[in-house]
Amino acid sequence: MFNKFRTSFLAAPYAVWVLICTILPLLYILGYAITNDAGTLTFANLLAITDPVHLKSLWLSVEIALSTTVICLIIAYPVALILHNLKISNKGFVVFLFILPMWMNFMLRILAWQIILSNNGILNNMLSAIGLPTIHILYTKAAVTLGMIYDFLPYMILPIYNALSKINDQVIEAAADLGANWWTTFIKITVPLSKDGIISGIIMVFVPALSSFVVSNLLGGGKVLLIGNVIEQEFTLARNWNLGSGLSIILMIFVLLSMSIMNRIDDSENGGMLV
Amino acid sequence: MKKKIISLLSVLVFAITPIISFTGCGSDSDATDTLVVLNYGKYIEADVLKRFQKETGIKVKYEEYESVEDMYAKYKAGSINYDVICTSDYMIETLRQEGELIPIDYNSLPNYKNIDQDIIDSSAAFDPNHKYTVPYFYGTVGILYNTNMVDEETVSSWDCLWDPEFKNRIVMINSQRDAFMVAQKKLGYSINTTDKKELDDSFNLLCDEKKYVYAYLQDETYECMISEDAAMAVCYSGEAAMGMEYNENLDYTVPDEGGNLWIDSWFVPRTCKHYDAAMKWIDFMCEEEAATENFEYVWYATPNTKVAAHEDEDTLADETVFPTKETLARCDLYDAYDDKTLDYTTTLWKKLKAY
Amino acid sequence: MTKAKKGASYLYLGLVFLFLYAPILVLIFLSFNNSMSRTVWGGFTLKWYLSLTSNDNIMSALGTTIRITLASSILATILGTSAAIGIHYMKKRHAALMLGATNIPLLNADIVTGISLMLLFTRFTPLGEFSVVLAHIAFSVPYVIFNVLPRLQSLSEACIEAALDLGATPTYAFCKVVWPELFPGVLSGFLMALTMSLDDFTITYFTKGAGVNTLSTMLYTQLRKGIQPELYALSTILFLLAFVLLLLMNFKRDIKKEAK
Repeated sequence: MFNKFRTSFLAAPYAVWVLICTILPLLYILGYAITNDAGTLTFANLLAITDPVHLKSLWLSVEIALSTTVICLIIAYPVALILHNLKISNKGFVVFLFILPMWMNFMLRILAWQIILSNNGILNNMLSAIGLPTIHILYTKAAVTLGMIYDFLPYMILPIYNALSKINDQVIEAAADLGANWWTTFIKITVPLSKDGIISGIIMVFVPALSSFVVSNLLGGGKVLLIGNVIEQEFTLARNWNLGSGLSIILMIFVLLSMSIMNRIDDSENGGMLV
Repeated sequence: MKKKIISLLSVLVFAITPIISFTGCGSDSDATDTLVVLNYGKYIEADVLKRFQKETGIKVKYEEYESVEDMYAKYKAGSINYDVICTSDYMIETLRQEGELIPIDYNSLPNYKNIDQDIIDSSAAFDPNHKYTVPYFYGTVGILYNTNMVDEETVSSWDCLWDPEFKNRIVMINSQRDAFMVAQKKLGYSINTTDKKELDDSFNLLCDEKKYVYAYLQDETYECMISEDAAMAVCYSGEAAMGMEYNENLDYTVPDEGGNLWIDSWFVPRTCKHYDAAMKWIDFMCEEEAATENFEYVWYATPNTKVAAHEDEDTLADETVFPTKETLARCDLYDAYDDKTLDYTTTLWKKLKAY
Repeated sequence: MTKAKKGASYLYLGLVFLFLYAPILVLIFLSFNNSMSRTVWGGFTLKWYLSLTSNDNIMSALGTTIRITLASSILATILGTSAAIGIHYMKKRHAALMLGATNIPLLNADIVTGISLMLLFTRFTPLGEFSVVLAHIAFSVPYVIFNVLPRLQSLSEACIEAALDLGATPTYAFCKVVWPELFPGVLSGFLMALTMSLDDFTITYFTKGAGVNTLSTMLYTQLRKGIQPELYALSTILFLLAFVLLLLMNFKRDIKKEAK
């Protein structure tokens, strides 16, 4: 429309902002990452990821983040599909229903899960009331995964729902007219057309799940050490900001790598976008 | 159109930049009537804070933290100039060794005489010539247990934490130093050992324990005990007292091998900008009425000798709140670790959690 | 759809919503609990709601939270929307660069963002409420940008050109053609920024000045010795307010539609 070159200057304040509030802080972290206490240059903090403890926690984080992402996808796709088929007139309403829980403080919600899942908690009381054996789930890996699924599920549902609502219904009708059954239509048309949404969803769940530490703190009972916890502890408990920074940089590189893999799968024009 | 937007934005940018660059200067300068206090979360009766501001006319910026490590991170970041801080013994020693403390002018504290001399003597562990600190609360680390599930005999030794019978019903304390203390006491080592082999032994013992542990907790351990999710928990005495208030089946003990005595004290850091106000604050904390109110809110043992007059016999006889002389005799204070030992135990602790 | 299929899909939706809202029900329940402990049921009470307004700490934390949340989400929306428009009209390579930088706050662990911002702020400005607002803008702008950009991309250039050809001034074209298309994106970006800011703990904790307390940071320091039940009450009120607001908005829209 308007003069492209000049309109692009609308981003100028933001560019300045990015320099000051995103790039500069990152440089600080990088500065810490490649030096030691004494301020001399070292790569030890970056190489520290090869320490078995750090590798183990990174691996555990990947494992939990992956299972969180997969389960979220399995739960979310049908939800998005059903919501789409409900033909709600007001799309905003649906979005709201999923972000509304966030208006209760995050930490309180996770504390509530503690109450639900504990040995004598609500879940176990309900199980024993209907004669089923109780389960020990709080403060295990499973509880952390559950907490993450709970926390990130909306981030999976919303992009998929958005992608579905962009699909032209006539395409699907056409497929049906041409004799495709529901399943074929779903696999050959709906899923490929909602690929963008699926990929955004995967990234939006996987990335924060990989670096999260609060959920594992509250639901892991100190027994589930994720890479996010290691970084947090280096900054607080161990007072080793250099190591904490080094590991954060590694985590960032790891995230960037997994994203570029995802983006390669996603050959659409919108590469590089999360939402 | 674009012109409008661009001009609008430039107005906005010009409006914001001065705020960003100039708000800094004014606010933090030398207003003598403010005081920046840093204390543990929920470690003061709100009314005491209000009364201090009213009586002295000093405006308090009150900051809270959750764990000692948080406090150290916030302090070291240097982003806020704290005037007076309350924290635990070994952290005070660390800060003292780093030259972060300013001596206290005890002559300007008329209420300091209320403080129990025994506790002041014990403070020598982290403040050798007693120049820097004024005790605020103290307590022990021990075992809070459910009398319906565990008998007194069992918890008289730390061994009970390694008992397979209580698998998934043991809550271990989620604090590096305290957890190592438990293992060291069980092994008969000093809780301040810096010997690598002794630390390794303690670590191996803690690894053995992990399979029986329901959770490593530091916050709200007592909630877990009230709801009877766990049979026993290693925790601080104040937390134990809190739990016992809600569930009469709970009891607290410090096992025979002994435990840790901790003392939380006030000190003035190097960043202090309002020394006189800080002195007034510390003195106010030692005042009879304020100390009583604080005690009734916080429920840890108070070193203030005047508080006893306001409490009934039951409270004073409560060994959970006020450890007996015998209990105190088998409890030791922590020394600050040197950097090497701190690094080493941190690595071990991380390993314990990871495997 | 067959009836059974419809029933099954409603059941499924219901289960998912139960999963999402179960903890909230628990918290609402707790706000009526006449006990300081959250694991003991001490009978029904309304006292936490009544004592709420007289609790100065909570009220001042609420005030701070509202100020920070509103200021940061409004500023982030303005900054983000103009940035999105700018980025949309940039050369591809530049746009990719900007988007890459925009992704950074989303990719970083909260604690790293928080500490790095703290390191930055301590050099240039004393920490206070203002630094928290800046930090919140920093992490919520990306949400605005990524909500507005897709709207711009789906905008038909032909439509705008047609408007311009028909004699509309650029301003008029923006107001009548572009803005109505952008608005839902801007609104959802704003709401996301609002929610993120309201819910954040880690970044606030590291960038706040002495004496500044939001509800989240206040809650965190209370974990050690028990959460004041008034906080459950306050959260319940906030949640219900948002819920009612949402229902009203939806209701109004339905009425408008019917009127048309």
